[in-house]
Amino acid sequence: MPSAALADQAPPTAQATATQRAAVQVEDLHKSFGNLEVLKGVSLTAKQGDVVAIIGGSGSGKSTMLRCINFLETPSAGKIIIDGEEIEMRADGSPANRRQIERIRTRLAMVFQSFNLWSHRTLLENVIEVPVHVLKQPRAEAIAKARKLLVRVGLADKEEAFPAFLSGGQQQRAAIARALAVDPGVMLFDEPTSALDPELVGEVLTVIRDLAAEGRTMLLVTHEMRFAREVADHVVYLYQGRIEEQGPPAEVFGNPKSERLQQFLKSVS
Amino acid sequence: MIILEWLGLAESAALLSLSAPGWGSNLLRGLANSLQIAFGAFGMGLIIGLFGAYGKLYGGPVLRDLLAIYTTVIRAVPELVLILILYYVGTDLINKAAALMGYGRVEISGVVAGIWVLGIVQGAYATEVLRGAILAVPPGQIEAARAYGMPALMTMRRVTIPAMMAFATPGLANLWLIATKDTALLAVVGFNELTLETKQAASSTRAYFTFFLAAGGLYLMVTLCSGAVFARIEKWARRGQPSLREGRS
Repeated sequence: MPSAALADQAPPTAQATATQRAAVQVEDLHKSFGNLEVLKGVSLTAKQGDVVAIIGGSGSGKSTMLRCINFLETPSAGKIIIDGEEIEMRADGSPANRRQIERIRTRLAMVFQSFNLWSHRTLLENVIEVPVHVLKQPRAEAIAKARKLLVRVGLADKEEAFPAFLSGGQQQRAAIARALAVDPGVMLFDEPTSALDPELVGEVLTVIRDLAAEGRTMLLVTHEMRFAREVADHVVYLYQGRIEEQGPPAEVFGNPKSERLQQFLKSVS
Repeated sequence: MIILEWLGLAESAALLSLSAPGWGSNLLRGLANSLQIAFGAFGMGLIIGLFGAYGKLYGGPVLRDLLAIYTTVIRAVPELVLILILYYVGTDLINKAAALMGYGRVEISGVVAGIWVLGIVQGAYATEVLRGAILAVPPGQIEAARAYGMPALMTMRRVTIPAMMAFATPGLANLWLIATKDTALLAVVGFNELTLETKQAASSTRAYFTFFLAAGGLYLMVTLCSGAVFARIEKWARRGQPSLREGRS
């Protein structure tokens, strides 16, 4: 899908004025685990309303890159700039300002591969947890909004259910509702369908597709190539910790230049 | 009354009567003292255990070593010996400190001393129970809290502690029952808990069988009531977990 068409669908108000400022900017990101260098200098920019798909084989560093953006992993070197605000880092890459990182995290909603809903709370409690306790919104307001979000992801009748009693697809849709509840500036999807049974993948992709069409800014690590091609404005192919190739999906998938990418696409299709 | 007489238990009933010359009220006073200490020690053990568990999991090397020494030593030495050591050493130290500061001998309340001594013992076991429970919480749930900007203390309060309760309650129930029975060991330092009261009543009246049976019955009542309470707590703590009986995983 060409990005111009997507821009037309995006809400014209706030986002139009902010198009100049990148929602997420990653500069020369390095990350090592001990001696193993997982990211060897990755740079990436996502503008407001962009859907960026990050693809690559296992061990290519794609999940690590996503997790560095909200500092679930501390980068070894590099810069992370969220909506124009650079995250202050110490020399070793750890966040220098705990308050800042906590504040920025509330604007970056993450959806995990294994859902990570809080098992001792009902779906409704999961969705209102961050708005009420971190963002200090009035409880009644948060509940009203959470109910709307649960309707939206098709879980209206499950608000009193505990996560463990639901299917993977339902849990992941609830996790997406939890992410939406914080009005995120950017949504980070870390292989959101990889832990799902094949017949449940579709229901989750449908929800994500709607969000993309709404003009939400998203970074999406995925193995679903067809889906990436369909929803992304920009595709990044990571190979052994470096960006091997990137561009619009039509180019990356239709006319891959790098041999490794050609091989990768052949192996996954 | 007639039935008791017929059973030949009238004498025992008179001995256990709550009003003088019965010794029932003495036994109940002992039970109240025992429960007070058990509550205090269990609560103190929980607090020590929570700090200990977090310290062992997230603390620096020095703190971890100190905690390892604490849990190893306390769990290695028989409780009776620990009680004697902590009680006499503790009171001795306090008196020395009081003397240094120019006060006379300090009278140490048996309840407070009992709570401290048993609380320190309970803390060592609670540290391990809670550490295991925290480790059993899926790390993804704690990670999700971090990813959504929860500060560390809020994560502990809103996510880690409620999530670990499901795994901690059986072990904590054990600890509570041990606490109620360990209070009996305080008899050796002359504290008037249930066992010592029973012994006094028994030796004054020579009715050993009656009084120790009655004390055993009281301990059993405590255990049964605790069992009911912990069953409710566990049901609540496991509210999000599918039960094994329903065959869902």
